[in-house]
Amino acid sequence: MIGLIDYGAGNLNSLLKALKYLGFPAQLISSPPATKNFDRLIIPGVGSFASALDELKRREILPFLTEWLEAGKPLLGICLGLQLLSHGSQEAPGIEGLACFPGSCERLKAPKVPHIGWNEVEVIKEDPIFDGFPEKSHFYFVHSFALTEVSPLTLAITDYGLIFSSVIKKGRVYGCQFHPEKSGPIGLKFLKNWVEKC
Amino acid sequence: MLTLRIIPCLDMDEGFVVKGRRFRDLKRVGDPVSLARRYYLEGADEIVFLDVGATVKSRRIMIEVVEKISAEIFIPLTAGGGIKTVEDIRSLLLAGADKVSLCTAAVENPSLIAEASSRFGSQCVVISIDAARAKNSWHVFTHGGQVDTGLEAIEWAKTAEKLGAGEILLNSIDQDGMGTGYDLELLRRIGEAVKIPVIASGGGGELGHIYDAVILGRADAVLLASAFHFGTLTIPQVKEFLRTKGVNVR
Repeated sequence: MIGLIDYGAGNLNSLLKALKYLGFPAQLISSPPATKNFDRLIIPGVGSFASALDELKRREILPFLTEWLEAGKPLLGICLGLQLLSHGSQEAPGIEGLACFPGSCERLKAPKVPHIGWNEVEVIKEDPIFDGFPEKSHFYFVHSFALTEVSPLTLAITDYGLIFSSVIKKGRVYGCQFHPEKSGPIGLKFLKNWVEKC
Repeated sequence: MLTLRIIPCLDMDEGFVVKGRRFRDLKRVGDPVSLARRYYLEGADEIVFLDVGATVKSRRIMIEVVEKISAEIFIPLTAGGGIKTVEDIRSLLLAGADKVSLCTAAVENPSLIAEASSRFGSQCVVISIDAARAKNSWHVFTHGGQVDTGLEAIEWAKTAEKLGAGEILLNSIDQDGMGTGYDLELLRRIGEAVKIPVIASGGGGELGHIYDAVILGRADAVLLASAFHFGTLTIPQVKEFLRTKGVNVR
């Protein structure tokens, strides 16, 4: 069972629908879960950095999440979910993120922000999550902040005014800045690879 | 680099896709689910659904269609037509839409833009501007192109951006369904006035029109209805053409 962390902001429907379409059972986690039936977690991404963290605290999900990360269990952070896994964000100065990925997030520097649309994701480090992918593919992005630090953990990069980590991995924790659930067949493949191979 | 988005638009009335000219003479052209499925497989970057029926029944069917389509089509979906309240927006988002498009209600009640963008995020608020030439400027029309509000289109675009709109869907009433090209001047003027993406709509009938909308009109996305529904153009053909012209597409 995949657990979807629900911090009250985003529309989690499309992600649920994509997982259902792929045949993967998923369930929302809106309070500390009583069961241990989850083998994977997704932190989906819509909303703002500070309010997402506040809501995770208020709903008492944060300890469950840190414990999960410490145990090194499989997790995928999507969009804001990736950003929450970094050390912090310019969007919420002084607030510490979950600090799994190195660096913190900066506001994009481009004539048009937010970055909305399909952009190229260039794989710079092979990983099972890209099985069956060409070297460069397009995914759907909607965001104003990004993890601009490109570290040895970065698996793929994207350029929008500046280069940022669009896919990153530490142990079994992945983050992607795009929305795989809105990126057509290749986005579905990305989710499928994550569940089956990562 | 960001790619140019090619967006098929399905105008719907009581569950059927319809299309007219200059917002009139609507004809039924097909079933929304099968058309959406076809466009998805052909590589559409997003799909827009607009309920032009504006009856209670038509709106209810629209929600059912969005629900059905979002269970099998995984690209951004925009729904609009007849939206009046934050609750209307919420029910479309819950049905599976990623964005909503506001037209008449936003003009009549601009605070709806602010309310919607603060509640759901500006990325999901698309302001649809139906504009027609009036001497040296363009006026905003509402109620499916029936009512001239006298409002300046460029000013309205700026106001909408300030209130929190995430994108502008710019329809030229003069060009709608004519297949003779987009209103390039209108496009460029609005594109220069705002920093949010502008989607060109109304008039696209040939490959050259789309190229002009991007290069001369500086559109971030182009919307096509008749040309795709009637098969004059296909999505792969448009993308291939743009690619050979050096425009970045998916």
